[in-house]
Amino acid sequence: MTLAAASHGFLTPSGVEIAFLLVGLVTLGAAVVTVTTRQLVHAALWLVVALGGTAVEYLLLTAEFIAWVQVLIYVGSVVVLLLFGLMLTKAPIGRSPDADSGNRWAAVAVAAASAAALVWVVVDAFRATWIELGTPQGTTETTGRSLFQYWVLPFEALSVLLLAALVGAIVLSRKGTDTAAGSDGGGTAPLPAPGAAAPSGAATAPGPALREGQR
Amino acid sequence: MSDALDIVVRLLAVFVAFLVLPLVVGQTEHKVMAHMQGRLGPMYAGGFHGWAQLVADGVKFAQKEDIVPAGADRRVFQLAPAVGLLPYLLVLAAIPIGPRNAVGQSLDAGLFFVLAVMGVGVLGSIMAGWASANKFSLLGGLRTAAQLLAYELPMLLAAASVAMAAGTLSLPGILDSFHWWWVPWQLIGAVVFFVAGLAELQRPPFDMPVADSEIIFGAYTEYTGLRFALFLLAEYAGIVVLCALTSVLFLGGWHGPFGADGLGWLWTLLKTAVLAFLIIWLRVTYPRLREDQLQKLAWTVLIPLALVQIALTGVVKVVTS
Repeated sequence: MTLAAASHGFLTPSGVEIAFLLVGLVTLGAAVVTVTTRQLVHAALWLVVALGGTAVEYLLLTAEFIAWVQVLIYVGSVVVLLLFGLMLTKAPIGRSPDADSGNRWAAVAVAAASAAALVWVVVDAFRATWIELGTPQGTTETTGRSLFQYWVLPFEALSVLLLAALVGAIVLSRKGTDTAAGSDGGGTAPLPAPGAAAPSGAATAPGPALREGQR
Repeated sequence: MSDALDIVVRLLAVFVAFLVLPLVVGQTEHKVMAHMQGRLGPMYAGGFHGWAQLVADGVKFAQKEDIVPAGADRRVFQLAPAVGLLPYLLVLAAIPIGPRNAVGQSLDAGLFFVLAVMGVGVLGSIMAGWASANKFSLLGGLRTAAQLLAYELPMLLAAASVAMAAGTLSLPGILDSFHWWWVPWQLIGAVVFFVAGLAELQRPPFDMPVADSEIIFGAYTEYTGLRFALFLLAEYAGIVVLCALTSVLFLGGWHGPFGADGLGWLWTLLKTAVLAFLIIWLRVTYPRLREDQLQKLAWTVLIPLALVQIALTGVVKVVTS
């Protein structure tokens, strides 16, 4: 890590930098399509492209471990969960008329604000620091060391958060089984959160709530 | 220049393996099932032992019309077979077959790469199930997703146990630190990994997502011709990948009782072939599990077993170091 930003001009980019920029553009485009498309399942599939693009960016920054974790957790699990939830409730082929929200301007404002905050934090943290990528910066060993030496407390705090989510999911799914006995056949009632359905309820809650939205 | 040549040769080798090995498994399945269940059909084409059955199947698939249902989501429907097949090609590139860097591409976090990309393959089935505009396909897609969510966890935990034992996530690295007593030590993990992998591939007895007696052929119901063949190919490529991975992680890959020099790749192939035979054997032996039995097996049997294996690995690791 050196402070010699002057010797690395922006006008003579290397191949990796060009690739980084192009993949970034694709990721940005996919992300924009994700939130603007009127087709629900297409939105989830564009999200796959956006998350995969992020993984490729990590890879170009030689953070191999983070890149594969990104693919494993986000593409392999989160998007599959999302698709599962969509298909279980409402996933028509073609445009959904109610896919638009009246909160779009508020959403744009929140998105712009959080993006600005993140960009500002990163820019402020690194300023003109130049990190040489010749030797891999994000191998499993390096990531593990910094995670368990310098970031143990945030790491543990996050696991408490996950535990809270787990407990919440169990509570939600238990409530679902209690009321299901009373109100059978109410096909319009919304399902519990897909996250709650996956661990225990997935096997027991098919049939009645599956709406016909296909043709 | 020789670097570029080296990469080209490696990629070609991986590609050839990707084209040949799944077909070998497919042919073996024809013959083994024919023998075990007394099926006459696969033993006829071409004369001796029905050797031409696979060729005939290929010709049949290539001749069929490629149909996209009128109500389907055209692009997603056509893209799904590629999404289902390509990940296995990528995974195959990261599996070491012999010592001294005999691997398509050695990765620092190879274990993570392999498991992550295998999970992406299932996305193809989910896309196919949704895009077909068919209730049976949608049900198949839903079951696929539920199955993936349930079985990904025990598979990861079992793989994590091996990574703990070896102290690395790199597949060649894991094999470098392998000793024979790892096989009994990691036995529970091996069984959990193999069973969870079978479920992720939707092979019998875990083929609820394609249960032909109730939902026709699940997510692949509407597919014809070459696109259907691609899904079948993905299944066999998945068998190859799962068997190769199990033999690398739990059975010592290129290590064998003799022939340490030069014959390592043969050991890997042999172990993979035995496991593939086991998968075919399971298909002709066991009846299909019901959907709720399937979920129950994952959450109440495999995950606790995988956690026991991790605890065992941790204790042994601490005691011996």
